[in-house]
Amino acid sequence: MKFLVKITISLKEGMLDPEATAIRHALANLGFETEELRSAKVFFIRLDAESEGAARELATGMCERLLANPVIHSYEIEVLR
Amino acid sequence: MRFAVIQFGGSNCDYDVHYVISEIFGVDCDLLWYKDGLPRNYDAIIIPGGFSYGDYLRAGAIAARTPVMTEIIEHARVGRLVLGICNGAQILAESGLVPGIFTINRYPKFICRWVNLRVENADTPFTRAYSEGQVIRIPIAHKEGRYVAPEDTLKTLEATGRVSFRFCTPGGDLLPDANPNGSANHITGVLNSQGNVMAMMPHPERASEEVLGSSDGKGIIASIIRHVEEKG
Repeated sequence: MKFLVKITISLKEGMLDPEATAIRHALANLGFETEELRSAKVFFIRLDAESEGAARELATGMCERLLANPVIHSYEIEVLR
Repeated sequence: MRFAVIQFGGSNCDYDVHYVISEIFGVDCDLLWYKDGLPRNYDAIIIPGGFSYGDYLRAGAIAARTPVMTEIIEHARVGRLVLGICNGAQILAESGLVPGIFTINRYPKFICRWVNLRVENADTPFTRAYSEGQVIRIPIAHKEGRYVAPEDTLKTLEATGRVSFRFCTPGGDLLPDANPNGSANHITGVLNSQGNVMAMMPHPERASEEVLGSSDGKGIIASIIRHVEEKG
């Protein structure tokens, strides 16, 4: 079956996010007041798997082996369809 | 004795490192295209600086997962030497050969300038030409060089002499201003547990002749040569 998997890679809680800080400052310069700004990287991956569970397992493998670095990242997987 | 310098697409310090080894030290050194693998055994392998794979995903992440790295991990497992410089250091961290990660600088821009490093451990194959506490002058050139590791990993590194270099002032002090990228504990040189793999963000090959402003970086290659010679 074909699945579309959405993988979100974020920095773990408490990790310094210098780009997010710079972006938040830029928004403030444009007059947008924000309380917090965090950045993340999102991947949409279309793949073939036996079941939704199998698709999730493949995505987990991708995160563990390449897409995330466990020192600084956490990841979230959504199987969209 | 024979060195190898690995060339990935986007490596750009490969010839500089090769020049230092072959011309300044007169030691045999092969330039190896990563797709060709390792044709023979080497005493030391150097992964040079650059922007392998355009720093896509994370600096070093994609190069770290190429087949030649499997061979380099085996080369390291049997005790032979591996040095990663700048992008090479990022590749070693991404491949798990050294712990932690070199990630985006505290102030998120590219920094290219001379820095002072304090030699923290002069009893390694990469630093024996220096003395402990010596301050050396070598340039850095990176945007993703801030060393980050879990607290318990940092404790282990500190307790077991696996920090080789720290950013410092010209006098050797660890003041906040002397830490250009915000690295944990000012760390910018780190070793694996066996002590035969070192990752460092500064560029010793850019400080290997007085005409470049400093020859302090020569000590790294000199250390490796002495180590290999004495080991036989």
